[in-house]
Amino acid sequence: MSMIRTRRAAFAQSGNRFSDKIMLKSNMRNLVLAAVLLMTGVWPALAASEADYKAAFAAAEAAEKQADQLRNKWTTTEAQLVAAKKAAGGGDFDAATAAAREAEALAKASIFQATSEKERWKDMEIR
Amino acid sequence: MRVRTILTSAVAALAAAALACAAASAIAAPDRPDPVADAKAFQNFFTRKFPKVKYEDFVNGPYSMNEDLHRQWEEKEQFPPYEFALEAGKEMFATPFKNGKTYADCFPNKGNGIRQNYPYFDEKEGKVVTLELALNRCREANGEAPYSYVKDEMAALTAYMAFTSRGNKMDIKIPDDPRALEAYENGKRYFYTRRGQLNFSCATCHVQSPGERIRAEILAPALGIMNAMPIYRSEWSSMGTTSRRFMTCNSQTRAVPLEPQSDEYRDVEYFLSYVANGLPISGPGARP
Repeated sequence: MSMIRTRRAAFAQSGNRFSDKIMLKSNMRNLVLAAVLLMTGVWPALAASEADYKAAFAAAEAAEKQADQLRNKWTTTEAQLVAAKKAAGGGDFDAATAAAREAEALAKASIFQATSEKERWKDMEIR
Repeated sequence: MRVRTILTSAVAALAAAALACAAASAIAAPDRPDPVADAKAFQNFFTRKFPKVKYEDFVNGPYSMNEDLHRQWEEKEQFPPYEFALEAGKEMFATPFKNGKTYADCFPNKGNGIRQNYPYFDEKEGKVVTLELALNRCREANGEAPYSYVKDEMAALTAYMAFTSRGNKMDIKIPDDPRALEAYENGKRYFYTRRGQLNFSCATCHVQSPGERIRAEILAPALGIMNAMPIYRSEWSSMGTTSRRFMTCNSQTRAVPLEPQSDEYRDVEYFLSYVANGLPISGPGARP
């Protein structure tokens, strides 16, 4: 009888060690996942505020104004600006800020295109 | 001995300077606008690229690139889809304005058979004047409101004027005026400049890829592309002016179109028409 008890105790002890190991592994996995998320910037962002949207939209508008001066606006930039305004109007500042940032990136790409094409167009010329 | 050395050095220095000048002008030469050489190179490019296409046939756009399409077009021409616009244009052209004058009073030869001379460089204004612009200026000078550059009325009027000029050879002049040369050069730059999110220039489709398909369409060669304007496009189910064509080309590359008859559009029309000098007017055209 006592032998059985001793075996049960030993088994329970080994079970605890086993669950400890699982917990340790799980904690490690969470830590690694958190590190990866932090490194890749995928950590859930804090909700954007109206101020974030306004700042992002102002930056996008400034870049698009520059593209306009270069006579090289893109339809996709305009569409993102419209989408940003619409989302902000509906109170969705996450979507509004994301659209405004996208618009700024597109406007900057169109500025780069117009600037680099100032001389590069000659490469295409029939001579 | 010393005098001889000095003389030799001076001659050598002069020779070196002359050589440097010659080299500098040789380097600068390719950037100097030369419309005559441009037109020749442009025409040679297309005739070499498509040796089987008859030279005059380039004005028929995609129909010149594909035999099947050419046959379809010949049949289409029996009952052309632009006919209704021609009728309307003829009537509009003859109808007097409120002041009793007509379009014929605004144009040389009463507006008949003059399409091949447009666009022209107006030395008074210092800018290119297209046929569409001249028509609206005529209306405004006679107290009428201008027409939209992208709608049916303008297409009908230009269709009629093109029709009276069919077969006349494109004859665009670049006067001896630096501003005219600059306008031509601006048009050329616009034609070859990439724009829009798709990073296309006009030349991407109409120089690099004529005869190729872009989705279901066959791309037209740039040579003679203006000679067929305005066009009835099956895709639009309506007539389209040159302004409309430029604007839709821009938006198809995801570029925001410029305002109709902006300097850039006027200049690119000047460039494209000039390099097609000698090719017959075939407008109004019909396109898939």
